Amino acid sequence: MSEKPIGVIGAGSFGTTVANLLAENSQVIIYARSKELLDQMRTKGTSRDYLLHKNVTPIDTLEELATRADIIFPVVSSSGFRSMMKDVAPYLYPYHTLIHGTKGLDVLLPEGTSMDDPDVIINRDNVKTMSEVILEESAVVKVGCLAGPNLAREIANKHPAATVVASRFDSVIADGQKLLRNDRFQVYGNKDLIGIELTGVLKNIIAIASGALSGLGYGENARALLVSRGMVEMIHLGKALGGNTEAFIGLAGIGDLIATCSSNLSRNFTVGYRLAKGESLTEIIGSMQEVAEGINTIRIINSFAKYYQFRAPITEKLHQVLFGEATMEEALQYLMKIPLNVDIDFL
Amino acid sequence: MKLKYNNRQKFEPILPDHIEWPVVKMSKNRDAFIKEVADSTFQYIKKIRPNSSLLIQELETTRHLEKLRLQKEPWEVDPDDEVAFWQKVKSELMEISGKSETGNKEDEILQRILHRYASEIAGNFKPSYYQFTRKVVTFGFARLLNASQSRLFSGLFKGDRTLRDKIRIRGYTDEIRELAKKGTIVMVPTHFSNLDSILIGWVIHELGLPPFIYGAGLNLFNMSLFAYFMNSVGAYKVDRRKKNHIYLETLKAYSNLAIQKGSHSLFFPGGTRSRSGKIEKKLKLGLLGTALDAQRSVLKENPDKKIFIVPVVLNYNFVLEAPSLINQYLERKGQERYYIDTDNYTSSYKIVKFLFKFFTKPAEISVTIGHAMDLFGNYVDGEGNSIGKLGQRIEPKDYFVKNDSISVDKQRDEEYTRLLSQRIIQEFHKFNEVLPSHIVAFVAYLLFRKQFVDLDLYSFLRLPEDELTLDFKLFKENVSSVAQVLHELESKDKILLAPEFEKPLDELVNIGLNNLGMYHAKRPLLLNEEGEVITQDLNLLYFYHNRLVGYNLDHYV
Repeated sequence: MSEKPIGVIGAGSFGTTVANLLAENSQVIIYARSKELLDQMRTKGTSRDYLLHKNVTPIDTLEELATRADIIFPVVSSSGFRSMMKDVAPYLYPYHTLIHGTKGLDVLLPEGTSMDDPDVIINRDNVKTMSEVILEESAVVKVGCLAGPNLAREIANKHPAATVVASRFDSVIADGQKLLRNDRFQVYGNKDLIGIELTGVLKNIIAIASGALSGLGYGENARALLVSRGMVEMIHLGKALGGNTEAFIGLAGIGDLIATCSSNLSRNFTVGYRLAKGESLTEIIGSMQEVAEGINTIRIINSFAKYYQFRAPITEKLHQVLFGEATMEEALQYLMKIPLNVDIDFL
Repeated sequence: MKLKYNNRQKFEPILPDHIEWPVVKMSKNRDAFIKEVADSTFQYIKKIRPNSSLLIQELETTRHLEKLRLQKEPWEVDPDDEVAFWQKVKSELMEISGKSETGNKEDEILQRILHRYASEIAGNFKPSYYQFTRKVVTFGFARLLNASQSRLFSGLFKGDRTLRDKIRIRGYTDEIRELAKKGTIVMVPTHFSNLDSILIGWVIHELGLPPFIYGAGLNLFNMSLFAYFMNSVGAYKVDRRKKNHIYLETLKAYSNLAIQKGSHSLFFPGGTRSRSGKIEKKLKLGLLGTALDAQRSVLKENPDKKIFIVPVVLNYNFVLEAPSLINQYLERKGQERYYIDTDNYTSSYKIVKFLFKFFTKPAEISVTIGHAMDLFGNYVDGEGNSIGKLGQRIEPKDYFVKNDSISVDKQRDEEYTRLLSQRIIQEFHKFNEVLPSHIVAFVAYLLFRKQFVDLDLYSFLRLPEDELTLDFKLFKENVSSVAQVLHELESKDKILLAPEFEKPLDELVNIGLNNLGMYHAKRPLLLNEEGEVITQDLNLLYFYHNRLVGYNLDHYV
């Protein structure tokens, strides 16, 4: 297809999955920060416990990646995203296209302060989506994102699935569709980049809560309640952050929400499940191979909601649970008591 | 960073011989240029209306809209044969519509319309007119200035005060002169007053730049005085009544091709004067887009041929049209009644009267020339190279490259234009110079407003003015604290302050109160006999206060 290879930055489970999907249509070069992982990919042809497609070639430097590829998919955790962008930015030009697959937020705090400070200010000036980080840190303008119900394991097992490529540029959407689409993988386009990014970010909060319900042994009535009320909270937050309602009722919104709230393949779901079983956050984080973005998202959104003085009850309660101020049962009881007698108030 | 003033600096013309002026070259080949504009629009319309019946539909729509315009809004400047022209189009269209064989008659009709539009739009620049107008303006205004200073008739003929004492220019003046030699400048000023175009024309000349072309509203040509100015400074005509597709495309082609030919251009990107008095928050993308199209087209032939965007911010202590502008704004926003376009510029007489007032009383105007950018919002260096965020050199071509060659992608370019418009708005805020009158208006308005927080904006503005008084000491304290925040913002390059901000607080406040909207029949701010601050016109105060909206200053009052 395209003569130039497609670049992927990050070889976590989702990065590897994206690389494998791309490799069905193109030559792919992949960069990972860990030398061991690069060696493993070269010698064993695997990344973590995923088999690597034969068209995927590991490379050692970001410079080489950006020089050889015009279209790049960064798929690294949100906490490492900005520094990764700083590293690759010197080699990026306006002809590059970046389509990221990171479902988290970036917070830029003043030197010497941290999220743990009680009076830290989190507002729209310092909370950024990954596409905004790309625009801030580099000369790239053609930016897009991937979002949707894309549990890596299921895609690796070649189950049917679909994703959304969002960008303000039609050409970026078209590129993403051309590169990713195959018999088992459908790709939809959406112009609301910020909205689609936020769906992926915010659904992780609800996924943690859903895991907790399962951990407490509750059934599907409770989950349906959570998912639908969670959706409302997501939409209110999403609008406050600059997205449109429409993004949330599509594949990347409700679609992804259903997948992550129902599957123990989801890291965020697992975090909630283990919390409800009584493990501490430190224990859980310590034993996980990759980051569960939802934890960080809850911290950010909790402060964000405080700053703008609006209610995000699910997020607030989960925040208390995560940081030991309440048990999961207490949180749940509280949520059941909120007088939410209006079903739909966002349309 | 303190941007320097150029009060006494004399700029030599960068192109002393007007034969070399792009606008002169263009008007010399006027007929050929009109043909080029019409032809290029023809190609475009044919591309988007590829078959005969679609094109006939487009022509029908155009004819219909033109008929409505002629009925509803006829103007003096409309040519006499306007009705006959469209009557003929109508009968010709009737002949061919619905027929399978049209003999390409629709192409011929389209060409005729395009040629008519292109000739109407095209300016008629004459160097001799230009020189003459220049002299009249400079001499006439200078005489007025000096007369007012000496208050003696003999003052008309001596003294050395010039417009430069009235109009302060600061900012990237050397840069724009350098870049005008290396590429094509597209100047994008804020827009508050019909006076802006004349003012900018003067500034361009004062900086030693050749005349720019710009799209002036056809309504201005209704007034002989403006018509004279416009015709002499390279204006082309924009008729806002014509909203049909074919006209708008012709207009864009005109601007696009003129920029491609190296004519420095001037757009008021806000489209019309700011009704609210706020800095533009949203720009019109149509003409801005033509600059981007032009850049893409010229890059194909020559990677070094560049177009530069130069934001310019104008600030007045007094805007003649303020009362009608703010009323229009409130009417539209409040949707109280149907909006009727009335204006204080209804006659040349009124303008002359205003100019006389303006030049006989001290009220400075400030003009900031902003930092030049490429069409993607990157700053350019003195050589015209685009510089990225990391200080790296950026090639404008790279924005248009797909698979190693420059590609045409309308949607992509619209998105670039939108991004550029956001950058321009940022630059407007950054190069906005706060005058003493603005800070006093801002603070006084908010202090009045705070007394009536329970009222919505419209109820508040309807309060009788005599219910509003402010303690002078409280007022001054608040001016002081806002001034302090403004100083901080200036040190972060987020705004500019007028030199009076270096003066003691009392003086700053006095200058502000004396200059704010000083020629309005009802003054926005005054001191009463008890020494309290009062207003005679709350709407006007709101208008001038709006100039500082958008900097999050509210909670410092």
